[in-house]
Amino acid sequence: MSALTDFTITQALDGLARKNFSALELAEAHLAAMERARGLNAFITETPDRARAMAKASDQRRAKGAVGLLEGIPLAIKDLFCTESVLTTAGSHILDGYKPQYESTVTAKLWQAGAVMLGKTNLDEFAMGSSNITSHYGPVESPWKKRGDNRKLVPGGSSGGSATAVAARLAPGATGTDTGGSIRQPASFTGIVGLKPTYGRVSRWGIVAFASSLDQAGPMTRSVADAALMLLAMAGHDPKDSTSADLPVSDFRAAVEAGVKNLKIGIPKEYRVEGMPVEIERLWAAGIDWLKQAGAEPVEISLPHTKYALPAYYVIAPAEASSNLARYDGVRYGLRVSGKSLEEMYESTRAEGFGAEVRRRVLIGTYVLSAGYYDAYYLRAQRIRSLILNDFTKAFERVDAVLTPATPSTAFAIGEKSDDPIAMYLNDVFTVPVNLAGLPGISVPAGLGEDGLPLGLQVIGRAFDEETVLKVARSIERAADFTAVPTLVAEGGSA
Amino acid sequence: MAIDRSTVLKIATLARIRVPVEELDHLAGELQGIVQWVEQLNEVDVSAVEPMTSVRPMGLKRRPDRVTDGGIRDKILANAPEPAGGFFAVPKVVE
Repeated sequence: MSALTDFTITQALDGLARKNFSALELAEAHLAAMERARGLNAFITETPDRARAMAKASDQRRAKGAVGLLEGIPLAIKDLFCTESVLTTAGSHILDGYKPQYESTVTAKLWQAGAVMLGKTNLDEFAMGSSNITSHYGPVESPWKKRGDNRKLVPGGSSGGSATAVAARLAPGATGTDTGGSIRQPASFTGIVGLKPTYGRVSRWGIVAFASSLDQAGPMTRSVADAALMLLAMAGHDPKDSTSADLPVSDFRAAVEAGVKNLKIGIPKEYRVEGMPVEIERLWAAGIDWLKQAGAEPVEISLPHTKYALPAYYVIAPAEASSNLARYDGVRYGLRVSGKSLEEMYESTRAEGFGAEVRRRVLIGTYVLSAGYYDAYYLRAQRIRSLILNDFTKAFERVDAVLTPATPSTAFAIGEKSDDPIAMYLNDVFTVPVNLAGLPGISVPAGLGEDGLPLGLQVIGRAFDEETVLKVARSIERAADFTAVPTLVAEGGSA
Repeated sequence: MAIDRSTVLKIATLARIRVPVEELDHLAGELQGIVQWVEQLNEVDVSAVEPMTSVRPMGLKRRPDRVTDGGIRDKILANAPEPAGGFFAVPKVVE
């Protein structure tokens, strides 16, 4: 029998049902792995006591025959979700000591489904970043290493702690949030599955807000079936989030194995960007081929405004962030730096509390919303956003899903790309358009680059059609047969 | 328009973030770089395009105008840096 930490969620549920092990044993195995892998800095807060109490309660429920969708499954929670009485930091100094007095809708639903909380994972500050190096709690290290290169690599971001936790077998699943690629990019970098649902599919209530028209929570797992299962537990209408969709949630699990026969898969020519590494083109071509062999029909499509997605995003997201982050003023929670006047207290608290990237984005956001510039920048970006959505709407008249690479490169070393903000922003070139259009997207591990690091393919679907996304993703997963494990796991550093 | 030191100071004041004088030049350069990069959006003719204001077309739900929450003063104050007598305390605003 393999180690308890090697099981996917689906496998672990099976083992629990057969009484091969208890939820408590499963939790203990993951807590021990977390302790051994502390050097990766994947968690900001570990919650072992709560994990044990929740696991014991789960075992009792199971003994009585009350078995939830995720009964006894230990999960890691991105530290952007408010968890009652448990430190919630958003990776920021400004939320020092903040213990929410309420539970986010998503985590409440997961606990209701029987899941067990292992701890809160590290992230880029306020989810702003693609490397996890902007966290006040220090960078997260990926469990992967380049072939013949011992440098520490980034897991991607912003959900970098969640990605590392799942890839390094510290948790079989984790929650992430995705504003411009923050689930899919780290999933691609660490060789796991990351699903960003349709905007409105999952409640945002109780998630620390970054850019409210783009943020969406989703699962990070080691299989497509697990992503479907976790999404099922997370999704649904929430009266507390006015943007959450009041639509029925179908059983995503049923879609996973449905196959892709006769599906039309769009291949957008604009995603063949200049200077794209050959290995990524090759992987993309392999993905097209796999789907063709499984009975799908690739169709070349055009998404003409793709190149404007990133610059539009870097107007809209900072604008929304500058507004959302106005609440951090040192009055009601978190850090306070005292001052002689109220004004001075605000300015000093925010100067000390925000890191460089957050400050940069709040300033840009303030600028593009300020009198005289609003029309030229913000309103123009919102019009471009309409064009990007129109591109997808037109494409989806002809195709059922779209296949693209997930990232323009494999993972880079900690410290690389950090002196040029725009070079860092380019990480999200393939993922950002999906957030702007509010569509569902998934990254599935599809192969290794020449450096031995994982690469993902992205499947994009119609709004609220996560089922087709999952079908196509499963088809790629089956064909890619991605069995590579992170260097750390292969060397027995974790499990 | 170029972002210079005085523009940075102005937006930093609007954003209520104190920026040390020695960082002004560096920040002006960085912000100018980002704004310049964003200006490629000017290539697109958007004169006939409506701005996107709702991610998915949906009407806002209505609910009865009834109080459904409240009486949780201590919870609201639980994280306050300086609670005082059931209130948030701040530096003196009115002389």
